[in-house]
Amino acid sequence: MSSKNYKRVYVWELPVRIFHWINVLCITVLAVTGFIIADPPAILSGAEASESYWFGTVRVIHFGAAYIFFFNMILRIYWSFVGNRFAHWKSFLPFSREMRKNIKHVLKVDIMLQHDKTHDVRNISVGHNSVAALSYVALFVVALVQVFTGFGLYSDMSGWWLPDLFAWVVPLLGGDFMVRTIHHVATWVFIFFTLVHVYLVFYHDWLEGRGEVSSMFGGYKFVSEERFRKEGLADMPQKTPPAEAPKAETNPAT
Amino acid sequence: MAFERNTQETYYESIIRQGYSRRDFMKFSTYIAAYMGLETSAIGQVAKSLETTHRIPVIWEHYQECTCCSESFIRSDHPIVADIILDKISLDYTLTLMAASGHQAEAAKHATMEKYKGEYILCVEGSVPMGDDGNYCCIAGRSAKDLLIEAAEGAKAIIAWGSCACNGCVQAAYPNPTQATPIDKIIKNKPIIKVPGCPPIGEVMAGIIVHLITFDRLPELDNIGRPKAFYAKRVHDSCYRRPYYDAGLFAETFDDQNAKEGYCLYKVGCKGPMTYNSCGTIRWNNGVSFPIQSGHGCIGCSEEDFWDNGPFYERMTGLAGFGIESSADTIGKVAAGVLAGGLAAHAIAANISKRKELRDSIRTARENEKKFES
Ligand code: SF4
Repeated sequence: MSSKNYKRVYVWELPVRIFHWINVLCITVLAVTGFIIADPPAILSGAEASESYWFGTVRVIHFGAAYIFFFNMILRIYWSFVGNRFAHWKSFLPFSREMRKNIKHVLKVDIMLQHDKTHDVRNISVGHNSVAALSYVALFVVALVQVFTGFGLYSDMSGWWLPDLFAWVVPLLGGDFMVRTIHHVATWVFIFFTLVHVYLVFYHDWLEGRGEVSSMFGGYKFVSEERFRKEGLADMPQKTPPAEAPKAETNPAT
Repeated sequence: MAFERNTQETYYESIIRQGYSRRDFMKFSTYIAAYMGLETSAIGQVAKSLETTHRIPVIWEHYQECTCCSESFIRSDHPIVADIILDKISLDYTLTLMAASGHQAEAAKHATMEKYKGEYILCVEGSVPMGDDGNYCCIAGRSAKDLLIEAAEGAKAIIAWGSCACNGCVQAAYPNPTQATPIDKIIKNKPIIKVPGCPPIGEVMAGIIVHLITFDRLPELDNIGRPKAFYAKRVHDSCYRRPYYDAGLFAETFDDQNAKEGYCLYKVGCKGPMTYNSCGTIRWNNGVSFPIQSGHGCIGCSEEDFWDNGPFYERMTGLAGFGIESSADTIGKVAAGVLAGGLAAHAIAANISKRKELRDSIRTARENEKKFES
């Protein structure tokens, strides 16, 4: 917790950061246009339909953003195989005992605001903590729901094979009514997620002071020297490839 | 009587015998081919099959229904439709329209089922109640379920007329007291054409029958068994008010200026964007109009569970299980508010609970800052 002897660690690589901000933009645009499509504002005018196309434009933006959202997601999945350990798909699910222990720690200390009996610096994750990682998995699932229901609804209007791949979703769920309801309700999950996500980022930044907020811009987080010492990494140059740092494999944060 | 009709006559022969001219017949072929979505080159094929095909025997069963499908059918635009279908396609058995009744009617049905085993078309109007041993719908002392299974046994194909037979319609609405069940949930081993709608459009019904005669096979069906020619597009995609929708011009109530201008009915509950049907192109009552043209939003009658999917006069945002008044958005807003409050409380609690760590780190930081001043 002290502000001394921090080392800068490159946690979020450029593709991860680009993904994050495109995702932010897409979700915002999709939610806003989505709500407009669901409940368009009342306009009283004597206008003729030939004079404007704004509602059509809102829909075009929604569909365009959906494509970007989708391809962005695909690229992120790709990166979860080739990116660094903090971006790796394995870092999102609690495979190791350490990660499961970390879940307990986060729930206890950060959510229930209790205190650890013994201070272990390794409890503070370098990348995602295990609970946050699970929340991203959950969000990914909801994103898939949106992709399937969204393209399912869209497939009928499109002649392209990609949305057509999802055409089976509508009959499976019994028709457009149900698909639309799911698509609409799932939007709220993104809103709830965003509230909690942004709050917790500020929370960690404020309490740990390791650059949680700025890390998604510059990619760097700060890790105390004590941590490096504990993991036997004190004398290693910072750019050590993971393979030569066996102990790091058991890092709860990865 | 229905079962004494000469089955050796072709459709063409019987049409001519009815007093139509060859020209009327060709006009009819053209007209029905257009409704079926065929190319002009296929008109000859339609005419040819009607000239050479002998009638297909049809058994038309009525279960839990209101007979609106039959009503729609006999009002189909072209007189030949009524003539060939009612007279010549020959409903060997249909409660509503046949001359025979009682034991005679049942005898006619059984005669057809035996004589044309594996050849007849079974048309089903209505759903089948499965609750209480099927006692909610009995005909001639037997349950609908029994009758359906018996009639389906020797059928070549089944046409499920209307939303009742396709998805249960109103009697299957929550809580579905009679357990009204669509045909395809009961009969699994026969080809089934679903023709949903409450009722389906008469021309659509005729088009499907003529398709069966002309090509001797089922029309191309979509994933849920509806003929693609009539159910591939949403009402919304062929609606003449669509330009208003794209322009964002909506009627807010049924009596405002916007409604008078003929703006889109989306905000007064039009279900056109969720409903697959041909109302926008074929229209109703000889192409006179359809609900949206008459100023009323589409209620989505050809979609599964349309009765349970929100009020007819509101944009659908209802969420089953949360009461009628609550919509997904109301729940969402309340939940977001509660969540935001919870986060604020957490933030305050965090600052209190972690005050020691915070004080330490702030002090160190202050000291560091002072070093610059000295
Ligand atoms: S009236 Fe209904 S079907 Fe027609 S454009 Fe508006 S929403 Fe679509």
